[in-house]
Amino acid sequence: MALGDQRRGFSGMVVGLRFDAPALSGGVSNQELERRLLEMGFVEGARVEIVHEGLIGRDPIAVRLDDMRVAMRRREARCVLTRPGQAE
Amino acid sequence: MNIAVAPIDHASVAAIPALRMALVGNPNSGKTALFNALTGARQKVANYAGVTVERKEGRLVTADGQAVVVVDLPGTYSLRARSPDEVVTRDAVLGRLAGETPPDVVICVADATNLRLVLRLALELRSVGRPVVLALNMIDIAERQGLAIDMEGLSRVLGMPVLGTVATRKRGVEALVEAARAAFASSVRGASDVWREPSAADLRALHHQAEQILKATVKPPKRPDTWTGRLDDVLLHPVAGLAILLVLLFVMFQAVFIGATPIMDLISSGFSALGAGVAQVLPPGLLKSLICDGVIAGVGSVVVFLPQIAILFLFIILLEDVGYMARAAFLMDRLMGSAGLHGRAFIPLLSSFACAIPGIMATRVIDQKRDRLTTIMVAPLMTCSARIPVYTLIISAFIPGRTVFGFISLQGLVFFGLYAAGIVSALLVAAVMRKLFWRGASEPFLMELPAYKVPDALNVARGVYQRAEIFLKRAGTIILSMMILVWFLASVPGPPAGAVGAAINYSFAGLIGHFIQPVMAPLGFSWQMAVALIPGMAAREVAVGALATVYAVSGEGTSTLGASLAHHWSLASALAFLAWYVFAPQCASTLAVVKRETNSWRWPIIMFSYMTALAYIAAFIVYQSAVALGAG
Repeated sequence: MALGDQRRGFSGMVVGLRFDAPALSGGVSNQELERRLLEMGFVEGARVEIVHEGLIGRDPIAVRLDDMRVAMRRREARCVLTRPGQAE
Repeated sequence: MNIAVAPIDHASVAAIPALRMALVGNPNSGKTALFNALTGARQKVANYAGVTVERKEGRLVTADGQAVVVVDLPGTYSLRARSPDEVVTRDAVLGRLAGETPPDVVICVADATNLRLVLRLALELRSVGRPVVLALNMIDIAERQGLAIDMEGLSRVLGMPVLGTVATRKRGVEALVEAARAAFASSVRGASDVWREPSAADLRALHHQAEQILKATVKPPKRPDTWTGRLDDVLLHPVAGLAILLVLLFVMFQAVFIGATPIMDLISSGFSALGAGVAQVLPPGLLKSLICDGVIAGVGSVVVFLPQIAILFLFIILLEDVGYMARAAFLMDRLMGSAGLHGRAFIPLLSSFACAIPGIMATRVIDQKRDRLTTIMVAPLMTCSARIPVYTLIISAFIPGRTVFGFISLQGLVFFGLYAAGIVSALLVAAVMRKLFWRGASEPFLMELPAYKVPDALNVARGVYQRAEIFLKRAGTIILSMMILVWFLASVPGPPAGAVGAAINYSFAGLIGHFIQPVMAPLGFSWQMAVALIPGMAAREVAVGALATVYAVSGEGTSTLGASLAHHWSLASALAFLAWYVFAPQCASTLAVVKRETNSWRWPIIMFSYMTALAYIAAFIVYQSAVALGAG
């Protein structure tokens, strides 16, 4: 399930990055976005938890990613595939 | 710290030229604090040749006489550059930057409490082939949290010296320099540079490698930082968080506008006294006018904003150092995003409330060119402090000083309205620009929320001092030359013998003012108002002085000028003048900075055209509706 579709309180583990949605409205290429997500630490096996949501449309979200915190829009978070539950 | 430093042959080091160290690290790693701890006051802030990225260099001399040059490179997560700042970091590290001597040693600065991402950067830096030293900064916080870092192990796997520092207390700083010297002395010259831009697969591999190193050398904290989470529960709360942000902004502007007043009064009376003193010494004539009216009065009218700029940057730097700025960007992102702006544009736009020039320069924090251009283009719509004297003058002359709803000052309400008009129009223009120029494409918003920290007073003070210095330098160069040009337009040619009225009427500015007056008539602008707009191009607040000149008001007090304006202008004209000032590109320096930042004339020309058009339309609507309502 995509991280971008989860609600506050969700906690799980990154299982992959998916870029099948072509409509990332042209900002950067999917390859570029993938590298940016990886550089921020969204790598397979990373623990994630949604800790805060914005006021309008619950967007953007603040995510606990391993031992750091990251702010991102849901649109980008939809590229992050997760598995719910505590990591091993 | 516990690292093996090779003994240095002190007899031979004296002959070695200055050692060049470059600081590289993630944002929020305390890199600048470490730079300050290393170099103290011996710093130079300039720009890299050809680009507008800030170049910070400092010097130090070790106890045994070795000179060291330290360069503070812009923060980055990877050498894979995405913004102009990160390009500079990459090229400086790789030794590809034109006109820059490559560094002898790279210091990789890490936040000791947050090592995951920086270890990957350290691995990347290692592949460049220069000696690298890893500085675990804020090691005291890591110790307090009970974070156990095996530095010897870390040094062994990374193949680079690793040592702890506490930049704010200068702990470990000397050892760091010694380690850098040793690393340089024992490095293999001409080691090959095997760095290449990492692919996604490379990044995954590097990350896993970093992860394994982390697992082997760092034990998780016994007492993890719980404050950040607790504070975020309040500060990032959808409702409470926004409310706190608004209160913070309110306090900030109160401080900027009220707190700065006494010092500003002091500066302006100082410059008047200086002008009066010089006027007594010089013989009457063009030279006296140039020095007193052009140079002293002109520079004085800009320097007077120094207290406001200092207070504003004090807040910005404090909020940045505490870690709140990223939270503000989070809270504002949706609002800014609906206008097609990036959450990070919030910081530059906030700076633009002091002056669009530092605001436009601060857009460097935005990675993407399109986001950056949009922000630059709307920054001058934020109400800068140079508009305040104009607003204050007109409001106090035309808006009655009474309260509405029992406690809100009507004058303050109008003031607030002018600010709101600027903000709303900036958002609208940004949205239109995005549709017009790049069809709605928007960049990813992905940003680390750093742990909260207690800011260091000395670092904050140094940051404010540097901003003030940059502002004064600009006042001394671009703005001074603009002032002299505008003085020339307003004073030459002089009035013929026996002429009546103000001398400016006979000058080039007067000619231009009379020439454009028919165009400005539908806005309710008299020729005097049109004339005052010309000197106002130097800086918006100069229009106040120009109005005083045109109406031949003697004395410095704005109250007398206000009374004179209230006598000459209708309320409709005054309101149209205010509306004009919300939008008009009345600042040659801003246009010059946009030219420099975008490296093309295209954008300043677009900016000038759209702002003039908006100003004209707004003033037209305001004047005509006010006349229709009987305020003509």
